[in-house]
Amino acid sequence: MGKEKILEVKGLETSFFTHLGEVQSVRSVSFDIHKGEVVGIVGESGSGKSITCMSIMKLLQHPGKIKHGEVIFKGEDLVKKSPKEMRKIQGDEISMIFQDPMTALNPVYTIGNQMTEVIRAHKKISQKEAEKIAIKMLEAVGIPSPEQRLKNYPHEFSGGMRQRAIIAMALSCEPELLIADEPTTALDVTIQAQILDLLKGLREKLDTSIIFITHDLGVIAELCDKVIVMYGGMVMEEASVVDLFKEPKNPYTIGLLKSVPNPETLTKQTLVPIAGSPPDMLNPPKGCAFCNRCEYAVQKCLVEVPKLYDVGKDHKSRCHLYHPDTPNEVKIKREVI
Amino acid sequence: MTRYVIKRIFSMIVTLLIIGTLTFSIMHSIPGSPFTSERSLPPEIEQALMEKYGLDDPLWEQYLNYLGDLVQGDLGVSMQKLGVSVNDMISEGLPVSAQIGSVAVIVILALGIPIGVISALKQNSLIDHIVMFIATVGIAVPSFVVGTFMMYVFGEILGWIPAGGFDGWRSFIGPVIALAGFSLAYVTRLMRSSMLEVLRQDYIRTAKANGLSQLKVIGKHALKNALIPVVTYVGPMIASILTGSFVIEKIFALPGIGKYFTESVTNRDYTVIMSITLFYAAIYIFSVLLVDIAYAFIDPRIKLDD
Repeated sequence: MGKEKILEVKGLETSFFTHLGEVQSVRSVSFDIHKGEVVGIVGESGSGKSITCMSIMKLLQHPGKIKHGEVIFKGEDLVKKSPKEMRKIQGDEISMIFQDPMTALNPVYTIGNQMTEVIRAHKKISQKEAEKIAIKMLEAVGIPSPEQRLKNYPHEFSGGMRQRAIIAMALSCEPELLIADEPTTALDVTIQAQILDLLKGLREKLDTSIIFITHDLGVIAELCDKVIVMYGGMVMEEASVVDLFKEPKNPYTIGLLKSVPNPETLTKQTLVPIAGSPPDMLNPPKGCAFCNRCEYAVQKCLVEVPKLYDVGKDHKSRCHLYHPDTPNEVKIKREVI
Repeated sequence: MTRYVIKRIFSMIVTLLIIGTLTFSIMHSIPGSPFTSERSLPPEIEQALMEKYGLDDPLWEQYLNYLGDLVQGDLGVSMQKLGVSVNDMISEGLPVSAQIGSVAVIVILALGIPIGVISALKQNSLIDHIVMFIATVGIAVPSFVVGTFMMYVFGEILGWIPAGGFDGWRSFIGPVIALAGFSLAYVTRLMRSSMLEVLRQDYIRTAKANGLSQLKVIGKHALKNALIPVVTYVGPMIASILTGSFVIEKIFALPGIGKYFTESVTNRDYTVIMSITLFYAAIYIFSVLLVDIAYAFIDPRIKLDD
């Protein structure tokens, strides 16, 4: 991908300072997003994927705080920006859509009111012109008779339509980056497929970069160019979507892939869950976050956090097994999945 | 909407009829009559009085006569205060109570809502703790204590407010504070908790994620939703404040309507009990209707036509 970088996250650390202590939700996360690229972030609940994106958008709720790191967007560090400066970027250059479309729109205002409000917050145009843009956007996301629909309240929309309206709202100022936090999780499967198709189509049309957070590997395979696998607040593996499914290079990713049903082998094989539970981020393990669940773990994994090693072209894995001195026979032999 | 309001007005009349019937039967089942006193009247005089006010008729006839007068707008004559009709009591007392009450209501809304919002926005800060402490005290301390305190400190010692009566803006200060105290504290707390609840909602996050200004996020998106529970409380509250308070009118020697209600019960003043009860009930039910109509304006999910 030779295109320009639009977002660089460097060493991002976000913690929640609760009365029980510091919950280290995001620990030294770094990645880049290029123009027009769709990057998937996968991981189980609590792996830090949503908090990473909330940190990029600076939407963390008290007591969450960015402790460290930089978020470079178009050459400027968002971490250093004031809330007022951020507001110019939020919804205009970077937009975010969320998991539950049923609750993400304000029930007491019409769709048109909420859409035009966002447009007019970022563009100096009249209400009439804003309405025109809103109608065009609703049309683009496949909502029939958008002029009438503008006058509807959210409760008059179905779940799928609301998510479409939310996407229309998020894209109404033609952002360069769209962060989608599990936008299809709360929808049923047919609507999920429609929303994914919609995002694919919009991405081709508008050349928007997308960060797509999900725990559904199927969605990743469908939509993304690049995948970031997160666990325990860290990036465990980063690879192109083809490499990740063909040659996963991290024990956690391998575990994830094994726990997904495969239609060809479904009758013969049972699904293999990853034994154990995710680490407690209040007291994160000293070594690798995954070591207590990892079948390849060695002594070193317990005491030292592994680096993110280069394991191929644009492919990185956080695992001691990829240390240059690790004997070849110990390195993971990818099993048949 | 119009159909809904007409329907509700009909059901209001039915409710009032039920309240009237219940009050009438309870009132007459209590021993004693308006003319019972320590010094018993000569039987002939008592008989004459009973006849004058129609108290010797069968109860159902008395009730129907009362209703008949009521329909014609005649609320009856007091059996205790010679020549004073209930219409007079209301037309003289209500303006006083309503004037003081409306100032109290304005104070409650103008202070309670913004202070509640600020307290919610600054949750767990020093301001929030101070506001919540005062609000808790405001709820716990009864109005007669506040009233007496106002009277003593600001009337007696400092001489800032008159010792009583209804004369000039200074005479409003004491009663308004005593009358508003509890509801102001209650509205502040309600507004704060409702706001905190709304601020956690996903649509507030959406509004922030879209880069809307703080003013839009709080003043437009959060406030309208957070007002819904407050409106529920405020409707009946306005009804009860406008109709005066016996205790506060007593403390500040105000010629309001609140005292008649309490007096009429102790005096067994049948017509006054009936008419004032129905008058209060009508205002209360009407305020509930206004609340329901207000809901439909605030929350589009509520449809009145069903």
